[in-house]
Amino acid sequence: MTVTQVVFFLMAAFTVGAALLVVSAKNLVHCAIALVFAFFGVAALFVLLDAEFLAAAQVLLYVGGITILMLFAIMLTARISARGIKIMNEQVGVAAVVVFAIAGLLAYANLKGFPAAVPPLTVQDNTASLGTLLLTTYVLPFEVVSLLLLAAMVGAIILARRERGKD
Amino acid sequence: MFEFGQLMESFYDAFSARGIPLFVPQLIVMLAVATAVLIFTAISVMFMVWWERKISAHIQVRFGPMRVGGWHGWAQSIADGVKLLLKEDIVPAGADRLVFVLAPMVVFAASLASFVIIPFGPGLIAGDLNIGVLFYISISSLTVVGIIMAGWSSNNKYSVLGAIRSAAQAVSYEVPLVVSVIGVIMTVGSMSMTRIVEAQQGMWFVVPQLLGFLIYLTAAIAECNRTPFDIPEAESELVAGFHVEYSGMRFAIFFLAEYANMFVVSAIATTLFLGGWHGPLLPGWLWFLLKTYFIIFLMMWLRWTLARLRVDQLMNLGWKFLLPLAFLNMGITGLILVLQGQ
Repeated sequence: MTVTQVVFFLMAAFTVGAALLVVSAKNLVHCAIALVFAFFGVAALFVLLDAEFLAAAQVLLYVGGITILMLFAIMLTARISARGIKIMNEQVGVAAVVVFAIAGLLAYANLKGFPAAVPPLTVQDNTASLGTLLLTTYVLPFEVVSLLLLAAMVGAIILARRERGKD
Repeated sequence: MFEFGQLMESFYDAFSARGIPLFVPQLIVMLAVATAVLIFTAISVMFMVWWERKISAHIQVRFGPMRVGGWHGWAQSIADGVKLLLKEDIVPAGADRLVFVLAPMVVFAASLASFVIIPFGPGLIAGDLNIGVLFYISISSLTVVGIIMAGWSSNNKYSVLGAIRSAAQAVSYEVPLVVSVIGVIMTVGSMSMTRIVEAQQGMWFVVPQLLGFLIYLTAAIAECNRTPFDIPEAESELVAGFHVEYSGMRFAIFFLAEYANMFVVSAIATTLFLGGWHGPLLPGWLWFLLKTYFIIFLMMWLRWTLARLRVDQLMNLGWKFLLPLAFLNMGITGLILVLQGQ
């Protein structure tokens, strides 16, 4: 057993534990904080897979951006964070069926689709090759995604402005 | 560094000869490196606190600490540290206990993790990641999470206000910080800290990237929540911001993290713009530390010279001034690189 495997099992347990906490915690702020740790664990798994750029992007966007926005929203709507939230509702049965179906599908795909030993990466600096690919072969989808994000941002700004004009 | 490598080889061999699995010596090495970084951080922070008190005192025509330890009160920080450790551990009754306890650890872990990519000298780097700069940028965003956790769990309106301000400021100034660094990355063609320092053999990047350096420095001071960008902990309006309710040991950890963060930010400025360990006569690590402490001095000097910005001024400066300038810097750098045909 190498240190990589030790770290993998530690981080996997950490991620699953944090993810369980996200869905089971009664306090909304606790959920959001647990989500931070879950995202962080996923980033650590990316590092173990030699995908450093993905790991950094994961932490930067999900931990540094999305969860902070969530925490912001929760803290600014004062009532939510104080009151406990209901974890279960009447859709629990349907949700359980969907979850088990997806889990089964994933397990099946993992057992069938991947060979026992994946050959190690041949590219040394996959960050550089990722950048090259994004700006040559995949430049059109890259630009389309940028445009989409820009449109979403402009839309959000317009929505926020109009609300202020009404008061 | 060759001898160091040989030493490591024989260290690993000694374990494999006794049939102990490989991860045991690997873990020991990791723990040793982490401990070394921790000790360095603690000593460096104690020095910086004493130094800041001295600088602020002399700027205000005072002497600052003069008694503890004899020569210019050099032992003042040690005495303060011992005092903070011995204090009673208080968790406010209305606080969310778990999050309250966890928050200082998250903040400190984030600033300690940044030490991984600091190249103190040729080969003296804990991990030369190929995403170097990006690693710092992403891991530093964890600090904001810790600050929000501290502010919210304290159950105090000043804490929450400080935390929200801090988050808004960090998110706003992270953008110009990242964009200002891109000029250097484009010139070098790599994000690895070692490669960036090696590329500055002839000329430090502060010359061609002066604009980037100034933007980086401004944004970095804001990231550290220091005056003139210290609205998150503005004493006169928020008492102390997110750490109002913290005392003793936990307060000390926040303090440690803040100064460690300052060191990291300055070390990265040294690496990216001031040529890292390059310099004549003196050994590389000494040059690196000298340059880093020079930038720290610059930050202290600014803190005790300038007044605090208002919230709206802060946002205007970040979004309407620094960000366009940073994009301009990036565009010009790209244009020059294309014209040079690289």
